[in-house]
Amino acid sequence: MELKPAQAGTLESGDIFVRLTPAVKPGINITLDSSVALKFGSQIRNVIEQTLKELGITDATVIATDKGALDCTIRARVTAAAVRATGKDVWAD
Amino acid sequence: MSSIKERAAEIRQQAETLNKDVYAPEKAEGKNPEFRMDLQSKSPKLTTLDEAIRRSGLRDGMTISFHHHFRGGDKVVNMVVDKLAEMGFKDLHLAASSLSDVHAPLIQHIRNGVITSISTSGLRGELANEISRGLMEKPVVFRSHGGRGSAIANGDIHIDVAFLGASSSDPLGNACGYSRSENAKSICGSLGYALPDAQYADKVIILTDDLVAYPNTPNSISERQVDYVVEVDSVGDSSKISAGAIRDSKNPRDILLAQTAAKVVINSGYFNDGFSMQTGTGGASLAVVKYLRQSMIDRGIKASFALGGITAHMVKLHEEGLIDRLIDVQSFDKVAAESLKNDMMHKEVSANEYASADEPGSAVHYLDVVILSALEADTDFNVNVLVGSDGIIRGAIGGHPDTAADSALSVIVCPLVRGRIPCIVDEVTTLITPGNTVDVIVTEYGVAVNPRRPELAERLRNAGINVVDIKSLRDKAQSIVGEASELPFGDKVVGVVMNRDGFVMDVIRNIVD
Repeated sequence: MELKPAQAGTLESGDIFVRLTPAVKPGINITLDSSVALKFGSQIRNVIEQTLKELGITDATVIATDKGALDCTIRARVTAAAVRATGKDVWAD
Repeated sequence: MSSIKERAAEIRQQAETLNKDVYAPEKAEGKNPEFRMDLQSKSPKLTTLDEAIRRSGLRDGMTISFHHHFRGGDKVVNMVVDKLAEMGFKDLHLAASSLSDVHAPLIQHIRNGVITSISTSGLRGELANEISRGLMEKPVVFRSHGGRGSAIANGDIHIDVAFLGASSSDPLGNACGYSRSENAKSICGSLGYALPDAQYADKVIILTDDLVAYPNTPNSISERQVDYVVEVDSVGDSSKISAGAIRDSKNPRDILLAQTAAKVVINSGYFNDGFSMQTGTGGASLAVVKYLRQSMIDRGIKASFALGGITAHMVKLHEEGLIDRLIDVQSFDKVAAESLKNDMMHKEVSANEYASADEPGSAVHYLDVVILSALEADTDFNVNVLVGSDGIIRGAIGGHPDTAADSALSVIVCPLVRGRIPCIVDEVTTLITPGNTVDVIVTEYGVAVNPRRPELAERLRNAGINVVDIKSLRDKAQSIVGEASELPFGDKVVGVVMNRDGFVMDVIRNIVD
């Protein structure tokens, strides 16, 4: 799927800032900076990857700055960034 | 009639019996006719920092001590350790009442071997980060404030030279955490954590940024305990004493927690005329005072004393006549510090008089209610206030275990989760305050009462408070945040937690990332 650079979220406590850009290599490549990385780093990566795949995005570069967001927040921010990046409004359907 | 000449033989004989010499007027020192305002400025104790250190007899391997009454604004630790490094000292043990973000420059002095061991109540910031990752060979020894007082008194900590910052001192060493002169530069209020050091250290050096005329009374440190007085530009930035752990919360969750905690206290059976109370740091536990105030007025209840870190809230209640006395080991803001200076019912006490387990008269023994915060609590009611959920040291023991153990009712106020970090867990990362001393844990999802206190649970239930099983709080927290990975601890011990009676309670391992 064609992506243009897009972002969603904030750097507030309890939120996650997600930036999506076109993939430079195949697959989903995530750079994660999280205040809870030691305890939840792999879980956060899983949620980001899962959310993108469910939206049909298989190749992307993701830069995420997490401030302790819950899974539901991560899904919402990743989805919003994906909608902006693809121009395909998944909420409209 | 006998003359002194005729009694000479008997005088000699008595001198021999007493093993003393006979007084000889020609050998006695003459009177000094100098004007005393001039004379005091030549006090033999007045000197420079270099000279005071040299004369103190400090050697490599010895123990130096500091207080933390200026909290984030402290300038004494860095100034003195810089000087000691410059003078070539090595292998020193730094025994501070606590350390914070502002002490990051110590990292360099640890790397250079100037400081090789540390005892403290807490660590924060970059210094805590580095130590958590294994900066030091010897583990840092953590003690509560009461535990440190005991350890100094019983010799577990032997202080060779104490470096004590004071906001005023006269040339003889009568010193205070405030100044009554018009040249006052700083104010920290109570010097409670410095008093054991002043009493027990072999040598005491006062550093002051306001050298005032003798007599600097009423004084908190007495000249009798002071060996040297050093005038410096600044001992601390008073605007930062209420930074760090102390904040006045506007967070709606903190307010809900505070209201619930106040309701717990009011219905606990201890909210009676003459009760005594203390609040710890943390927005919610400080805010409880505001909500107790109205109930005290409505029911005509007055407190006999408020203890501990004294805040502006407590001072206000005291001035309104709702609290008879303030017992102050540490002034948590400028209002409290000014009150200590000006109000004789606002009393400064040493760490030992405040919270030592082996001091029969320490104030915590006569404390009814203490409201404390927590980083984490577990299903056995154990509490951690020192090590973050990422395994990094980020707090201080303070008086937490002292007050929890000796009060009639200890209430921990703690949100269920902070961001994605669960605060009610299976087992705390580090054991600081044992569960058998904790009575109630207040969260925004319900109040857990230690099963040791069924009568308390009954009273709270009857008052309509949502009393829940602590395990249900743990489950709820986990359902919100998900399953966490194990922390990547290494096998090096970077910290030792002493309990207040001098037993080793837990160790902190290094974190690897």
